[in-house]
Amino acid sequence: MAVCIAVIAKENYPLYIRSVPTENELKFHYTVHTSLDVVDEKISAMGKALVDQRELYLGLLYPTEDYKVYGYVTNSKVKFVMVVDSSNTALRDNEIRSMFRKLHNSYTDIMCNPFYNPGDRIHSKAFDNMVTSMMMQVC
Amino acid sequence: MADEALFLLLHSEMVAGLYRAAEQGEGENGRCITKLENMGFRVGQGLIERFTKDTARFKDELDIMKFICKDFWTTVFKKQIDNLRTNHQGIYVLQDNKFRLLTQMSAGKQYLEHAPKYLAFTCGLIRGGLSNLGIKSIVTAEVSTMPACKFQVMIQKM
Repeated sequence: MAVCIAVIAKENYPLYIRSVPTENELKFHYTVHTSLDVVDEKISAMGKALVDQRELYLGLLYPTEDYKVYGYVTNSKVKFVMVVDSSNTALRDNEIRSMFRKLHNSYTDIMCNPFYNPGDRIHSKAFDNMVTSMMMQVC
Repeated sequence: MADEALFLLLHSEMVAGLYRAAEQGEGENGRCITKLENMGFRVGQGLIERFTKDTARFKDELDIMKFICKDFWTTVFKKQIDNLRTNHQGIYVLQDNKFRLLTQMSAGKQYLEHAPKYLAFTCGLIRGGLSNLGIKSIVTAEVSTMPACKFQVMIQKM
């Protein structure tokens, strides 16, 4: 399952970032930050028809020797970045897509919460629980 | 279905309630319109997030405006915008010939000066939706004959 999940606002600052092995957190923060460049590249490559321009799911952003990074961007330019352990080869594309859908649905629910100001950090318990369910398998 | 009437009645009560509260308070008329517009702004942000959850990514500004005119307007007001005009330089005029929030009021000149109060929320709705999609704008509305009205969207280039 996922090792680190981040929600990034359209101004490119993190709204929510959580990683499972809680030591080495800075490494994941850095990875997510560098992956933002790849996300921007994919979004702006719309004119060149390299990716399916109409899709929200961006796919594998880049692999490293320990883990792979996947991206998803919403229509409101909020980006979801997921870092997955490379040793977990059983994780298929469909599963990653469904995990992003769940993230998107939870994010939409947060947006509709009248007590949430768009642009603030996300403190919702429901969102936390949903993210935990996606990350729990790794100890 | 009853859900349409619910929103109409709630909206009318919202406008009336705000003005009543303003009369008892400072008596500042202009602030009510701003409050209504800000309410619409926040609601628009949430609504757009929900509506664009499953749609494909937008290619450009015109695409976004067309989405607002068709899908967004249909979901909120059960009809599409009748006419969209643009000068291709960031000004769009959305014309609705039978605006749902005004049809129940009158079809003539009787309540013309009260009409802007009922349009403020919708202006905010459009502005909030656009802002969440990454477009800064100013939305104004005008009514010449009820129940037709025009919303003018001015895109701010950053």
